[in-house]
Amino acid sequence: MNTPWKPAEQPDKFSFDAASEAEIAKVLVKYPEARKASAVMPMLYIAQRQMGRETGSAWVPVAAMDEIARRLDMAPIRVYEVASFYTMFNTRPIGRYHLQVCTTTSCWLRGSDDVVHACKKAAGVGGFGETSEDGLFTLTQVECLGACANAPILQVDDDFYEDMDGPRTEALIAALRAGERPPAGPTVNRCGSAPEGGRKTLLVTPEAASENQ
Amino acid sequence: MLQDKDRIFTNLYGQDDWKLEGARKRGDWDNTAAILAKGRDGVVAEMKASGLRGRGGAGFPTGLKWSFMPKQSDGRPHYLVINGDESEPGTCKDREVMRHEPHKLIESALIASFAMGAHAAYIYIRGEFFREAEHLQYAVDEAYAAGLLGKNAAGTGWDFDFYIHRGAGAYICGEETALLESLEGKKGQPRMKPPFPAGVGLYGCPTTVNNVESISVASTIMRRGASWFAGLGRPNNAGSKLMAISGHVNTPCVFEEELGVPLKDIIEKHGGGVRGGWDNLLAVIPGGCSVPVLPKSICETVLMDYDSLRAERSGLGTACMIVMDKSTDIIEAIARFSRFFKHESCGQCTPCREGTGWMMRMMDRMVQGRAELEEIDLLEQVTRQVEGHTICALGDAAAWPIQGLIRHFRPEMEARIRQYKAALGGTGLVQVPAHGVPVAAE
Repeated sequence: MNTPWKPAEQPDKFSFDAASEAEIAKVLVKYPEARKASAVMPMLYIAQRQMGRETGSAWVPVAAMDEIARRLDMAPIRVYEVASFYTMFNTRPIGRYHLQVCTTTSCWLRGSDDVVHACKKAAGVGGFGETSEDGLFTLTQVECLGACANAPILQVDDDFYEDMDGPRTEALIAALRAGERPPAGPTVNRCGSAPEGGRKTLLVTPEAASENQ
Repeated sequence: MLQDKDRIFTNLYGQDDWKLEGARKRGDWDNTAAILAKGRDGVVAEMKASGLRGRGGAGFPTGLKWSFMPKQSDGRPHYLVINGDESEPGTCKDREVMRHEPHKLIESALIASFAMGAHAAYIYIRGEFFREAEHLQYAVDEAYAAGLLGKNAAGTGWDFDFYIHRGAGAYICGEETALLESLEGKKGQPRMKPPFPAGVGLYGCPTTVNNVESISVASTIMRRGASWFAGLGRPNNAGSKLMAISGHVNTPCVFEEELGVPLKDIIEKHGGGVRGGWDNLLAVIPGGCSVPVLPKSICETVLMDYDSLRAERSGLGTACMIVMDKSTDIIEAIARFSRFFKHESCGQCTPCREGTGWMMRMMDRMVQGRAELEEIDLLEQVTRQVEGHTICALGDAAAWPIQGLIRHFRPEMEARIRQYKAALGGTGLVQVPAHGVPVAAE
């Protein structure tokens, strides 16, 4: 079956499932009762993740925003405002995997153009903001992801794939297509944000350091 | 240069266990009650004496900021809000604290909250740092289970709760009042100051907003003493600081270094040198994208601290530098920042909302050279019209990189314009494409 991907319609109704309700209970206790509007962003996330679980497309339909407004005693417009202000809430359906390429200067200097090119080629996406025909991949251009020492970064859903280049991007997308989730983090020989090939500081263990004092 | 025995963040790379057991071995949560026993004024005095300046970019003295909180509560609760919305291009240091040193952050938050009379702290973590927030939440749960948070936290007699709030992809929420708006469940649009957060902050209550790193160093400063910290670095630029190198160096990385060390030494030691050798260096942006670029001639001698960089009309910012070698199209590099600021302007103040768009479109033409020579001055003028005319500093931040570019790389911009004219037969007039000038290529 090769039916081209079509974005889903806005559903008429939305209700939180049991897993979401458990998360909402944990969120609401963080804020004073009279200030529960603070929970609007966490609840938008919870709705988005539930849509991802239920439909394979993590987005927030208007019906979910209305439900959040009702739960938090907010005017619906206040929830729409928040959902549309922040870029991480998808107000339209997206593909199964959300490929987010950072193209800001630090990543660009280290070859983010190659990563973008590889994403388009391997995922079959025409440009930023588009979804592949098979509905698997949506490609988004994002601003600095805050992991510049590990540039360039490709964020897939919640995970950072670091120190990417063209071939490794293609391999990652092929693995995702095959239903795998390769481990996130650096794709070259380094520990976190330590220099490639081994760290140059913190070579003395804390125990030895305290003995020297 | 900083020695290993003086490093605060000893698990910076996550090479050891980041959880409670590992943190305790590194000295975190070691008799926290003794620190709080110094009393509120004692803690603030120690922090003031350490000379710690805010690590988020502005460099305001941290102890002084804490002392602005009302001494007596008027019935309203006090809040500590920790700024973990690390989004400044080039900056990637707080991420390492949140994912690899979460207990240092939580313990220091307890100390800081005690010093400002707060029983609750919120940390606002940028939404993209999902895994970092997971680590921190795990550490918070561990701390509650071990009695280090909650009622009588860590046996100090102080009740303290620590909450995590995730942002959702807006750079502007790193501005303290926009962060508070966002935390209250609104769009992240900065507030007018005054009133300052210390008087009217989160939920209208006295609030102090501090960067993740500024908070996290508190526990070590209290343990090892203000004089130890003040003994590192240079006068008025005390201590060690998390820094990062990205861009055209052989080994980009995050590291902790003493302030006041020559920039060149840092690039050679931690960055493994500029790609292709030092002579291949073009320019360095020393502290996140909003501080002006420095050409190689200044990089030869400048020291990496607040005052030295200020003297060169740049700034320490977040101390996370972007290094560019001679293969870099410097105009394009700065134009990318202009696109960034255009994207991230919250739209509240007209000079910024419109000005970032103007600057982006002019910069895009400068990249091509599709401009008149006089327009470089016009562009400079636009940056001056935006700078200082907005509620928050985003307008300034958008203006400064362009001013730095014009100050140091004007000949390159002029050459680009001449090149473009020559390629098109150089009638003296700017060639407008047949389909017109693209407006706001968003």
